[in-house]
Amino acid sequence: MSDLPNREAFFSNIDHSIPTAKDWMDTLPVDIRKGIACYAGNPKSLEYVGLPNPRTWSCFDEDWQLPENWQQILHEGFKERLEKFRSFKVFMDICVRCGACADKCHFFIGTGDPKNMPVLRAELLRSVYRNDFTRVGKLLGKIGGARPMSLEVLREWWYYLFQCTECRRCSVFCPYGIDTAEITIMGRELLNLIGLNIDWIATPVANCYRTGNHLGIQPHAFKDMLEFFVEDIEDITGVNCMPQFQKKGADILFITPSGDVFADPGTYTCMGYLMLFQFLKEKYGLDITWSTYASEGGNFGFFTSHEMMKRLNAKMYAEAKRLGVKWILGGECGHMWRVINQYMDTMNGPADFLEVPVNPITGTRFENARSTKMVHITEFTADLIQHNKLDLDPSRNDHLKVTFHDSCNPSRGMGLFEEPRYVIRNVCNHFYDMPRNTIRESTFCCGSGAGLNAGEDMELRMAGGLPRANAVKTVHEQHGVNTLACICAIDRAALPPLMEYWVPGVEVTGVHEMVANALNLPGQNERETDLRGEELPQLEE
Amino acid sequence: MNNKYMISFIAVFVLFFLAYLGTEALGLDVLFGVLIPYAALAVFIVGFVYKVMGWARSAVPFRIPTTCGQQENQLGFRQNTLDCPSTAGAVVLRMFLEIVTFRSLFRNTRMNFREGHKVSYNLEIFLWLFALIFHYAFLTVIVRHLRFFLEPVPKALQLLETVDSFMQIGLPVLYLSGAALLVAAVFLLLRRIFIGNVRYISLASDFFPLFLIGGIAFTGILMRYVTKVDIVSIKQLTMGLVTLHPTVPEGIGGLFYGHLFFVSILLAYFPFSKLMHLGGIFLSPTRNLPTDTRATRHVNPWNYPVETHTYEEYEDEFREKMVEAGLPVEIMPEEQPAEEAEADSPSEEKE
Ligand code: HEM
Ligand code: SF4
Ligand code: SF4
Repeated sequence: MSDLPNREAFFSNIDHSIPTAKDWMDTLPVDIRKGIACYAGNPKSLEYVGLPNPRTWSCFDEDWQLPENWQQILHEGFKERLEKFRSFKVFMDICVRCGACADKCHFFIGTGDPKNMPVLRAELLRSVYRNDFTRVGKLLGKIGGARPMSLEVLREWWYYLFQCTECRRCSVFCPYGIDTAEITIMGRELLNLIGLNIDWIATPVANCYRTGNHLGIQPHAFKDMLEFFVEDIEDITGVNCMPQFQKKGADILFITPSGDVFADPGTYTCMGYLMLFQFLKEKYGLDITWSTYASEGGNFGFFTSHEMMKRLNAKMYAEAKRLGVKWILGGECGHMWRVINQYMDTMNGPADFLEVPVNPITGTRFENARSTKMVHITEFTADLIQHNKLDLDPSRNDHLKVTFHDSCNPSRGMGLFEEPRYVIRNVCNHFYDMPRNTIRESTFCCGSGAGLNAGEDMELRMAGGLPRANAVKTVHEQHGVNTLACICAIDRAALPPLMEYWVPGVEVTGVHEMVANALNLPGQNERETDLRGEELPQLEE
Repeated sequence: MNNKYMISFIAVFVLFFLAYLGTEALGLDVLFGVLIPYAALAVFIVGFVYKVMGWARSAVPFRIPTTCGQQENQLGFRQNTLDCPSTAGAVVLRMFLEIVTFRSLFRNTRMNFREGHKVSYNLEIFLWLFALIFHYAFLTVIVRHLRFFLEPVPKALQLLETVDSFMQIGLPVLYLSGAALLVAAVFLLLRRIFIGNVRYISLASDFFPLFLIGGIAFTGILMRYVTKVDIVSIKQLTMGLVTLHPTVPEGIGGLFYGHLFFVSILLAYFPFSKLMHLGGIFLSPTRNLPTDTRATRHVNPWNYPVETHTYEEYEDEFREKMVEAGLPVEIMPEEQPAEEAEADSPSEEKE
């Protein structure tokens, strides 16, 4: 972050004035800038999972070493997807360019770059569509909004398709529901056909394929890491929370993003899960297992292609079947939940070897998940709290003034709004929502989703996260909010630097970290610190 | 500088004179009064059906509604059935309100950077308001025009005319819908010309229908209030068209043929343009699907088997390490088949 300007200068330099001199089609070639663009995918990663056209290349080079027939590959790929996805075809045809979506994208707000208006991002593809697939477009050419594919257009696609986090905010405001995320998904799929990917996506994909998780943590190391948390928890609470691994015949399989096993502050959320499960085991005999094979909830395949998403996602059901569990519980993650909620059952189901999820402790039957058979942990915990099954002391979170960041995917791809808020309100005493236009279905992305949470595009991430940060700043100033809660592992990785840059003094936490801090474990010592090892406030007095 | 609206404007102008001069000077009344309208209607119908069938032919592999409210749940949280509809009935209601009230557009906000580095998002209802006026005025005008194609004119139509003309301006009475259509079209046009980002995204094909519809409304109003065309002859012509016994009465005048030609162009242009949003909205997968994806399995017609990394392959690669770490395995190392699974590893580990 050292090469970023200070935040005042950053903010003041954002210019939303729209160029008047030139038509947007006449602004090529694009200047692919460091700080905005991400590095190319490592060919070894592409090879490992058999993605097409692996090679060493760089987006900053003149020559991208494209396969000779790249235009044909793109044209045919485009055609195939128009037939396979009605969404794509309809969205190519019906946009009226009313501009309702234009200022809804966090990347447009934070960069001022007009090509980050969702409608224009979509027009990048649509213009080629008109040329290649409509007679009128072919006939009228540029005046009809059509242009042929060229190297310069390709560079433009690449640059702007990796400045979209597939957050779907634009789709909420579009009178026809045109979802630019869907168009980005198709565009990235096409780029993948000619080996244009970014490493922050390609390598986690390869890792996940091989080791079961994005970080490439091998089974023994994964277990070591959880054991390390177990020790930490024991130091703090005096209770041993050792989890079970790959236990055949357990009731429930638990899958969460591996980011929580690896990096702060996600690790505290992971400790939260361990403590919750220990509590439930001790009190009610909950039988839940982790798996090192299915040790990744996230799915960077989703940012690669539908096929790659399916290949990675297949592990969840496969492992549930092998272990013979009844149903699957999913941890706090954003895009993981979009995949589970809207794709998994269709891709890798039917999960007829599982049972309709029933909370063994409360008896609640999760009818809303009766086919996919996977429940979100905030649904599970909210249910436990409603039935008064947890022993909570929210005052241990009294030093926290909390707000909640709705992650894009659980919001606009699932509709999970009340569950996390209910849990938060029951485990802490000071909760303040951000302004209405920045939460729930209108929530702003962290700016780093869809595989853009790399290190080299920090300027883009700070720009894209600006609307979110600005809303946090509002409640920070109004209510002294010092904690930003979220239910997404990418958020837990992306929001801390965002807060440090835009709103210093606000820490990031997972919801289940707060649950665990409030939870009284049977047989625990007097709690002196929270999970981060910081002294609890009531003891300081 | 921006030639997009000039081109569209000129095109509409030229089209008018084509019809005006074609009929006034060359006497091509049959061409503009009969042949072109029939052809245009045919193109409209065939083109429209073809386009919609084209969309319908494409698969809907996944159920991907945009959820804009609380999901269905068993925890007693009130579901927002309108914005997150999980039943067919609720989806129909969501679609109905999208179509008759432009609900999503009503959410529109305008982003502003304020003093003190604050970003604000304020309600922006003008696009919604004028789009709504535009569409309803258009609808009313179309319905009112049925009087030219029906004999006798139905009572309901006469009632509509009474309501539409309740303002009683001038003689003959001013129909609100015609004026509203023109005003709304002008608003949408000015918006495209003067709001920077809307101008930037606009194509010539965004200006053309606005000029064309503006032209239709303008020539319509002219005929009614200024030149006072011969309604009886016109009705003779239009009735001839619907009864498939086309006649071309004398003395209708070039202005009417200009108007009719505009309408013909609009019809013929429709299926090839963004105006197809009329049909497309019904097929938009982010709006017309229920949000019950976890409760009811959606079937992808082209779902195909893919290569996965199976548990067996995984255990083969990591068995020793798993056993050493005390993780359960399916096959203990002694019993392991001879050939050692040698998988190449992906590139370096990621943080
Ligand atoms: C069903 C929901 C519909 C919605 C939400 C909708 C919305 C819109 C919007 C936002 C515009 C753009 C205005 C502008 O900025 O230029 C537009 C234009 C237009 N719509 Fe619709 N529309 C709908 C249905 C229809 C229908 C049923 C028709 C039937 C004729 C229609 C005809 C037109 C026409 C002719 C324009 C042209 C104006 C232009 O090109 O900008 N629309 N519509
Ligand atoms: S809101 Fe929808 S119709 Fe309007 S410009 Fe954006 S994508 Fe196109
Ligand atoms: S999906 Fe999100 S990031 Fe992509 S264009 Fe829409 S608002 Fe922007």
